[in-house]
Formats: sequence, structure tokens, C-alpha cells
Amino acid sequence: MKTFPTSNPPVASLELGILPLELTGVGLVRDGKRVLKDLNCRIEGGASGQNADEPAKTFIIGPNGAGKTLFLKLCHGLIQPDEGEVRWYGPAANDGAMIKRRQAMVFQRPVLLRRTAWENIDFVLKIRGVTRAERADRCAELLQQTGLGRHASTQAQALSFGEQQRLALARALAPDPEILFLDEPTASLDPASAHLVEDLIDQAVTSGKKIVMSSHDLGQAKRLADEIIFIHRGRIKERAAAPAFFNGPKNDLARDFLEGKLLWWRRRSVYEEGEEQCC
Amino acid sequence: MQAFLDAFTAALRLVASGDQDLIRIILLSLKVSLSAVCIAALIGIPLGGLIALSRFPGRQALIVMFNALMGLPPVVVGLMVYVVLSRSGPFGVLNLLFTPTAMIIAQVILVLPIIVSLTRQTLHSLWLEYRETLQSVAATPAQCLAAVLWDGRFMLITAILVGLGRAIAEVGAVMIVGGNIDNVTRVMTTAIALEASKGDLALALGLGFILLMISMALNILAHGLTAFGEPERRS
Amino acid sequence: MLLGPMVDLARAVAARLIATALIVVAATAFSTQSSGAEPSYITVASTTSTQNSGLFRHILPKFTETSGIEVRVVAVGTGAAIRLARSGDADVLLVHHKASEEKFVAEGFGVRRYPVMFNDFVIVGPSADPARSAREPDAAKALVMIARVGAAFVSRGDNSGTHKREVEFWAMGGIDPSAASGTWYRQTGSGMGATLNVGAAMGAYALSDRSTWLSFANKRDLRVLVEGDPRLRNEYGVILISKKRHGHVKSREGQAFIDWLRSVAGRSAINGFRIGGKRLFTAIE
Repeated sequence: MKTFPTSNPPVASLELGILPLELTGVGLVRDGKRVLKDLNCRIEGGASGQNADEPAKTFIIGPNGAGKTLFLKLCHGLIQPDEGEVRWYGPAANDGAMIKRRQAMVFQRPVLLRRTAWENIDFVLKIRGVTRAERADRCAELLQQTGLGRHASTQAQALSFGEQQRLALARALAPDPEILFLDEPTASLDPASAHLVEDLIDQAVTSGKKIVMSSHDLGQAKRLADEIIFIHRGRIKERAAAPAFFNGPKNDLARDFLEGKLLWWRRRSVYEEGEEQCC
Repeated sequence: MQAFLDAFTAALRLVASGDQDLIRIILLSLKVSLSAVCIAALIGIPLGGLIALSRFPGRQALIVMFNALMGLPPVVVGLMVYVVLSRSGPFGVLNLLFTPTAMIIAQVILVLPIIVSLTRQTLHSLWLEYRETLQSVAATPAQCLAAVLWDGRFMLITAILVGLGRAIAEVGAVMIVGGNIDNVTRVMTTAIALEASKGDLALALGLGFILLMISMALNILAHGLTAFGEPERRS
Repeated sequence: MLLGPMVDLARAVAARLIATALIVVAATAFSTQSSGAEPSYITVASTTSTQNSGLFRHILPKFTETSGIEVRVVAVGTGAAIRLARSGDADVLLVHHKASEEKFVAEGFGVRRYPVMFNDFVIVGPSADPARSAREPDAAKALVMIARVGAAFVSRGDNSGTHKREVEFWAMGGIDPSAASGTWYRQTGSGMGATLNVGAAMGAYALSDRSTWLSFANKRDLRVLVEGDPRLRNEYGVILISKKRHGHVKSREGQAFIDWLRSVAGRSAINGFRIGGKRLFTAIE
């Protein structure tokens, strides 16, 4: 496995961190319905340095419509909570610009700019003021690392779906974020493509990044997750270390979910939980 | 049908003769309308992009206003510019009335709403696609605008062509502010109007054919540039 | 493959070329104004009849040659031309409605009115002549005959010199045609040529100045039916706009133009303008 290059990151990784992130009493209302309720949790930095004991990969799982995507977007700052507070507590967290710069997100259906693969990565580095020479090195490196080396001048829209997902990941990694939010990054990929993406996630962890990702793939969660946050109907029902969660969840709903018994008809209404259509 | 045949032969004869007056009129038409469209594009595209991307009080009113202005009759624009540029008007001292510059000003006013509205519409759809991604990578508003403008540039060709079509085809505004002065402000459309009023319908229609050919050539050129410049899509 | 990068390069070049072209065109748009010492010119507000007939194309180069002054003609109806002159948007006024011209001078907008040339008005109509007005020597009576049978008549309706004269002739016959506007009396609100185009298409009567009529190419079934009434005389006057009203008026050049029109050279130029061997305007000594 290729190792993630740490030698010459374009944005100094020696910068102070913004983690931990804390959600206190967070609620979200969409179309008059409370789609997220009373979220309280704290997300620490990745498993490196002084945070060696902290989980590096936190998985958000739950049935469709539970609020996973909204949860990630709230953490990432793309949407503002209607109740409560989403706040960063790291040493660099008093700098609003730094909070934005040190995190990245990959969406379930990645939106790539209508440019070449190279230009897609170049763009995020450019808006961070990275010099041309450094950008060139970094783009080449990331394309190589994500297996897109020969697609540098291919239009992003012309890439296969798996390639697009890897490009989105490469673009998110480009500015060397401290924390990476991934929304179902392998949801619509074939097994081979999914495996490539999982490799990339592992590499990011190796270089000290914190990963918060949603997934409905329990096998993947078992394989990769260090800890699990289980969400149901907009509430955090259980948070536990991955082995403990899979061996015996405390929450009944979580147990039903693991056993595949949490069926759609047990939901009170589709609309109440229909988070995807809200944004 | 005979009338069209006559017009066509008149057009061919004019083109074949390489008539100096005709060439001058064509060049002035192109200069006035292309200048007007360029200026309108330089103002209208960023403005349209700004309206597409931003939220501010009065935005809807602004959109409605620009949409409505698309239907502004050229004669009205001509009269407005005339009143302003007339010696008795506020900008009379500039001595711009009956000059190509006055015609360009009038056409900018005619074309600007079209370019603003079509740009806004085009870029709004692109913005809906890009918004979350650009916010996620912490692009500043200016960087968002630049990205949407750049990636939507080939879609904006249509907006510019529609504007050019309106500019080069209109007669009402340039007639009033240009005065249709021989050798100075006579363009294709005012020449056509003049020949029609002289009853020389064949020559008027012939000039119309030439105008059509020029318009077509410009469209083909723009289409070619788009086809050449726009990245091919496999999916 | 080298083709990929080549196409990319070409694209980048094309993008820059377009951008450059935009800027160049925009820049040239304003370059004409800054071309420094332009040859001196005057602006003449005149009527469509003089322009459409081709008179100006015939005589103006001769004046420019001797004086070095370019003459820019804005041809509109007499009413609109007077309005232009009132606003100070012309240096010289050359129109054909004596009463309006004298009023213009009396109000202090013009320095003085000089008669320049004349031709005459004619009443044209379809060769079938439903009003039987052909060769009627009295123009006012001819209009009465047209009104009596309700034969179609197209009027300029644009407050031009020709229109004002037409209204005067109706008044002489004691008829108010505006009451019939929309039925047999049609007001086009446009220039002489445009009105004749409508008349030719409808087979209607119309009052026209002879010069526009002679140079008009779309006559179809129309022909001259009434002419020769001394009251049909159509006189053109020329007026220099008063510098007292509009300080920017190019009085010296404007007066030079007026003087030339009235000189032997100017008169012979006017008299020498012919279409199909026919003289269109007669200079006044």
C-alpha cells in the first residue's frame, strides 16, 4: 500500500488544530418538522500524537432518512442548526477562516467542477493561495495516489462514477484537512471501486486525519469503523466503540437495525424522517 | 416569388460589385453592434452572475425588472438616449448625438437586459449544482462567482448571440440617435429602412439578405468556437 | 498521445483570443471619437423628401469640395426637423413649410429664413381614378371629390411639411378628414416614401412632393392625377440656427453653406439634379 505523503504538505500540517468538535443540544427544523433533535456529542482529533486513544474513524449509521447526511452537513458547517450549538474547541478554533480551511467533505453524489481532473484539484489549492509550483506537485501526487494519473487532462464529467468519487476524495484531501466528512462515499460503487476508496480512507487515517463518515454498509462499518454513532429519527440512539456495538448494542432499535428488522413501515411517517428532501 | 428573386439578385449584384458604400455600411453595423454587445457583456455577465449567486433585498424585483426591460421597444430607448444626448439634454455638451458612439450607447441599453437575464438564468442552474461544493471548500463569494462564470462560459455564448441578434437587427434606436447620416451613422438597418421608403423594395430586401448572411456568419463562428472550446462529454 | 495537450493548448489560446478580441472591439468603439482634429462639419436637419430624392448626394460633394466643410444631413419630417433645430441638435434647418419656418425665426431660434428652391406637390392616385379627379385644376376641389366618393386616401399624418399642406388643402375644401380617419382616410404616421408604399399597396390617393414621387421606385398602379394648381407650389427655405439660442452652433460654416446654396454655383447644382431627364428642384434667385 502506498503511504500518504507527509513530507511536503502544501498547507502546513503543523498548523494548530480545530478539533475537538462539540454539538450541544443541536436541533434542526425543516418544513415545520424537527428532523434532528437534541444532538449532543463530542468528536475528538484522530488517532495520532496525544490523541492515540481516540477513534480515528467514526461511522454514522442508521436507516435511510435517519438524518445522517444532515448530521454531517451540520458538523461541516454547510447548514446552521435551529437549536443548540455546533462549536470547535481546538487551539485554532478562534479563527473562523481556519475552521473552514481545516475540514473537507465528500458528498454522496460528488459534484465535480466542469473542468479536467487536474483542474478540479488545482482549484481548491488555488483558492487557498498555494503557489503554482506547489499546486502542480500536489495535483500530480494526488492524482497518482488516487489512481487517476493518466486522467489528469480528462474532463471530470467524463470519468466513470468510481473515478469521480476518487477524484472528489483527492480534491478533499488536497488542502490537507484535519478532519474529513464522508457521506456514503462507496454507496454506488462496484466492489473494486469501493475497495480503492477504502484504501484511500486508510491512507488518510495513517497521515493523522480524523474521518467521520456515514454508511449503510454494515460490512464496511465492521471492517473499518473504530466507533459507531447510531442515529434514528434524528436522534443519537447509541454511541459505542465499534466492536462493542456490533457484539451487542444496548439500544433496541440498534439491535433491530443490525438484524435487519428495522423496516420502513415501522417509521411513523416517511415525511417526518425524510431528511434528504429537505436540503 | 419574383420579388424575392429580384431581391436576391440585387443582393448578389451588391456583394459582387464590392460597392464601397455597402462595405462601409456593413463595417459600421458590425462595429456598432459588436461594440455594444461587448460592452453589454462586460457589464451584464458579471452582473447576471452576481444576481444569480447572491441574496439581497430587492433581488426578485431586480430580476423582474431586467426581464421586463428585455421587451423595451428600441424606439423608446432611442428617444431616451436622444433626450439625454440632445444639446438641450444633460449630456448635450459631449456632442455625441448623431455619432456611432450614441448608437452604441443606445444598443448597450437594449442588449444589457437580455445578457443580464440570460446570464442569470444560465448561471443560476450551474450555481445550484456547485453551491454546496464551493461552500465546502471554503471558496469566497468572489471565488464562487469566478468559478461559475468560468465554467459556464460556453453556455453564455447563447446569451451573447441573442444580444447581438437584437443589436444588429434593430432600427428604431439607431435611426433616432444616429440620424441615418450618409457615411457617418448609416448602418444596415437604417439603410434598409431608407431604401424601403424610396420604394426600392428589391434593394431593401437585398440588403436584408446581406444582413441575414452576416448574422448567420457570426452565429456559425460562435457555434464553431463553442464546439471547439467546450470540452466533450462522454457521459 | 500528444494530441490531448495540443488541444488543451489550442483551447487556452482560443480563450485568450476571444478575450483579447472583446477588449479590442470595445476599445475601438470609442476610438472614433478621439481621432483628434476632424475635418469641420455641420449638421443639417432636413426633410425626407430632399434626402430620398437623392438631391443631397448630388449637391453636397460639390459644396464640400469648394469649402472643405462636410455636411451631415439628418432627414426627418419637417415637424421633427424643426424640433431637432429647436433643441440645438442641428446648425442649419432646410425644410418646406413657410409658416412654420417664419414662426421658428420669429421665436428667435433661427437667424433668418432664405428661400432656396421649389418644386410642386402632386396628387397621385390609382389609374382607375374612382373619384374622377384626374386633371382637375383645383387641388382643393379634387380632394373634395375624393372625399365625396370615400375613395381611399393615405396621409402622412406626421406633422411634416407635406402633411401640413395637405391639411390646409382639406380646410380649403371645407372638409375635416380626421373625422373619417380609419375609414377611407388613412394616416400612416410615417415618411413620404413609406406612405407612398402604403398607397401603392392599397390603390389609394395621396399628396406627395414631386421629387419623392419621381424617385419613388414602387409606384405600381399609382400615377399623377392632379398637378399644376399654383397653390401646389412647394417652397424650401433654409435657416441658420441662432447662436444666441445655442452657443455651440457653427454659424460661420452654416452661413457658408447657406450662401453657397444661394450662389450661382449652388443654384446650378440644384438645377442640374435630374432624374430621368426631369428637373426635380428649381433654385430660387
